[in-house]
This record gives sequence, structure tokens and C-alpha cells, in this order.
Amino acid sequence: MIRLKDVEMEYDNGTRAIQGITLTIEDGEFVFLVGPSGSGKSTIIKLLTGEVEPCAGRIMINGFSVSNISEKQIPLMRRTLGIIFQDFRLIEKKTVYDNLAFVMRAVGASPKEIRKRIPYVLELVGLEKKAGSYPTELSGGEQQRVAIARALVNNPDTIIADEPTGNLDPERSLELMSLLVKINQLGTTVVVVTHEKDLVDRFGKRVVTIDSGHVVNDSVGGYVGGHIHG
Amino acid sequence: MAKHDVRYFAHEGLSNMFSHGFMSFAAIGITVACLLIMGTFTLVAVNANELLRDLEQDNEILAYVDDSYTEAEAKALQKKLEAIPNVASATYISKEEAMEAFTAQYPDEALFQDLDPEILRDRYAIKITNLEQIRQTKEAVEGVAGIARVNAYEEIAGGFITVRNVATVVCVALIVILFVVSVFIISNTIKLTTFDRREEIAIMRMVGATNGFIRWPFVYEGFLFGFLGALVAFLLQWALYEAVAKGVAANDALQLIHVIPFSQLWGPVAAVFAGAGIVIGVGGSLSAIRKFLQV
Repeated sequence: MIRLKDVEMEYDNGTRAIQGITLTIEDGEFVFLVGPSGSGKSTIIKLLTGEVEPCAGRIMINGFSVSNISEKQIPLMRRTLGIIFQDFRLIEKKTVYDNLAFVMRAVGASPKEIRKRIPYVLELVGLEKKAGSYPTELSGGEQQRVAIARALVNNPDTIIADEPTGNLDPERSLELMSLLVKINQLGTTVVVVTHEKDLVDRFGKRVVTIDSGHVVNDSVGGYVGGHIHG
Repeated sequence: MAKHDVRYFAHEGLSNMFSHGFMSFAAIGITVACLLIMGTFTLVAVNANELLRDLEQDNEILAYVDDSYTEAEAKALQKKLEAIPNVASATYISKEEAMEAFTAQYPDEALFQDLDPEILRDRYAIKITNLEQIRQTKEAVEGVAGIARVNAYEEIAGGFITVRNVATVVCVALIVILFVVSVFIISNTIKLTTFDRREEIAIMRMVGATNGFIRWPFVYEGFLFGFLGALVAFLLQWALYEAVAKGVAANDALQLIHVIPFSQLWGPVAAVFAGAGIVIGVGGSLSAIRKFLQV
């Protein structure tokens, strides 16, 4: 479960990115986080991954209190999350298999566990035949599916996707979002940050709209409110 | 740490070294250069120290026995002299022996031949343990009844001590400076390879890898840099030392300079090179990775 209570965040340059946000995302939920550029979406992601600390308020993520988390606990908290980035962030000199194996090893998985888990996850994202390919040999959609597989491979409680369709064409975006819904149906909480109104409307999920560091709307079924800008 | 983790770190360290061929070559090359310079200075200092020790040992106090003492009385002084602190040995030299040694120094001088030994005194050649206490030892020898006069070359002894102390300080200072420079250069070299892998490190951090897990492959890599650098530096140092020793032997007809054979030095040299190389490599590596573990 993710819970933000009266969270405030101000950067060193004086920008007040988040101004008293309170938000709860229950286990197993699928939530779209939408809002215009500079609304504070990316800051929320940074707060959730422990990259920045809130100036005020409390943040709980999958049993960890991020507001006063110790250095040693940050890796443990991050293991409960799977992060997907807009630019995929795959390691080009490693094969698809090695990109996944590398993150499993990073959390101490044994070679046996790695050999068992990776084929299952690659099958889930439809890339079982691409295990030996390098990222540069794959299309954008395939690369993003590798990124999803990588986010999933350590079996996290929550997947956080930051503009996952930003570099994809509409067909691939739909395909990818359907894959995230499928993952959500298997029990993983999914938080998707996006600005693609059509996609958000199509899936009829919970939508939290952020603007100027505030939650301006929180409803189910599609985007309600002002414009969403890229 | 699990066994598969150790294998993984070693494999990653090794493959990282090969995948950054040029930078690895540069890092090993710099380690070799620094160790070679440090090693050469140290070996020169060790040889200089040995030479000074030889000279120190040749530096002896001469204690002349009172003319009124018979040979038996003069010989009886040996025990008293050897009982003095800092005296390593006291060798009795009779007038006759002293005269023989004197005339042997000037075989071609007719004037010095056939001299009467009675013009000389019986004496003791006293070797001392610590040259720095030569003055106190001289005074103690002068205090022995039956010793008429004592000759001690205090200024020469002081000169030896100064030369040795200066050589030691210069050598230590050079080693410290070169060591710091080596760590700095290795650190920067590894920082470049680390910079190349910052994305990899960022992903590792994002999926929950601990700092220790991220650090270990770099530590192995640094270890390999240091170890290989030490190995190459050792072989080059050996070749260089032998070449210099041969050169000295060929040009030093009087054999005034005694170069310690490398066979007596290779053990400590290998151990110090390996130790310093590994400390430089691992230290440089840890210093390089520190910045990337702060987010």
C-alpha cells in the first residue's frame, strides 16, 4: 500500500513541487497519475522511490516509512518496487536475458532462481524468443516490454511506470498498457504516470490528477478536469 | 556473502577490466610506473643504507695503551673495554702489528721501512654498536685506567648519520608523495570507467542493490589492476636492478660500491609491490565509486 499524508516538497532552488498532497493507493489497485508538465508528477515518483525526501508529511510504501527511512533500508524498500522509465534505460551491451539477470543478481538471487524466473517473465511480456537479443536489435515497443519484464522480474509489490508510452506509437502504447493491466490482474499494484488522455480514458481506471503540487481530482473512469499537457 | 555472489563479483570485475581495454591498460600502466619509481627509489635507499652501514662498521675508535704498561697488562684491558656499553668489540693490536700494517700501506717508501716498533703504542681497535653514541663511548674509553689517548672520528660519524637520516627522510617523502599520486591517478582512471557505467549503477540502485553489492565488482577490478600492475612492475624492477647492478660492477673497478644481490631482496620487493599495488588499486577504486553511491 502507498500512503502520502500532507506531503510537501520544496527543492533547493525554492520550487515548491508538492504542496500538501494526501493520497492512498491500496494493494492491487491500478492508478493513473496525470497532470500537466511541472505539476509535480515526477516529484511524486522521486518521493516514492526514495530519490528525494519530503520536507513535511509522511510517506508509507509497502510497509516502509519513507519519511524517516535509514540508508540501509532504502534498498530493501526499493525491492518492493518495479520502476519503468520512458527511455527504457536498458543496458545496451547486455542481452535481454542479462539485463534481467543483472537486476536479479543485484538483489541476491541465486543462479538457479534466475534460470527459473527469467523465462517465465519473458513469456509474460511476449519476448521469450528474444532472450539472446541485444536492446539495439529490438523495436521501441519490444524494448519497453523488456523494461517491464525487468521491473517485474524481482516480483515487486508495486510497479511504477513513468511515462512508459512516451516513446511509443499509439498501437504499441495500447499494447503496453494492456500488458500493465494484465500484470495488475495478477495482483501487482500499478501506478502509471502519463499525459496520454486517450489511453487514460480507454481503460476506465482510477485517475489522480495533479496540478501545481496539489491533487485536483481523484476519480474512477477517466480523466476529469482541465487539460493535460505533454 | 554467498558463494555465487563472490563468483559473480569476480566475473564482473574481470569482464569489466577487459571491456574497458584501453582504460584498464592505462590504469595498470600507471600502477606499474608508480611502483617502479617508488621501488627504484627504495632500492637505491636500501643500498645506500647498506653502504653506510658498511662504512659505519669500518669506522672504529683507536684507544692507545699507556707506554708504561707491559704487553700482559695491556692485553688485560680488553675485558674492561668490552664491558663498556655500546662497544661491540675491542681488538688488541701490538706495536709490532701496528708497524707492519703501517709499512704495508707504503711498500714503496723506503723511509718508512725498518722503523722501530717502539715508536708506536700498543692499541685497541674498538668497534661500536651505535654510531650516534660515539662521543659518550669515547669518554668512557678515556676513563679506563691504562688508556693514554683515544682517537675517534666524531665528525665523520656525524656525517654518516646526517647522510643516512636525510636519505631516509627524502625516500619516505618520495614514497608518500608517489603513493598519494598513484591512488589519485588510479581513482580518476577508474572514475572514467565508472562514469561509463553510471547508468548501470543507477539501475542497480533503483532495483534495490545495496551499496556493498554495487561496490564489490569495482573492488575486484581495482584489485586486478593493482595486482597485475605489481606483477609487471616487479618483473621490470628485477630486470632494471640486474642491469644497474651489472653496470655498477663493470664500472666500479675498486669495488667500493657493494650492490645487494636481487636474490636477497626479491621477497620483500614482491611483498611490498603486491601490497602497495593492491592498496593503490582497491583504494583508487573505492574512492572512484564513492561519488556514484551517494544518490
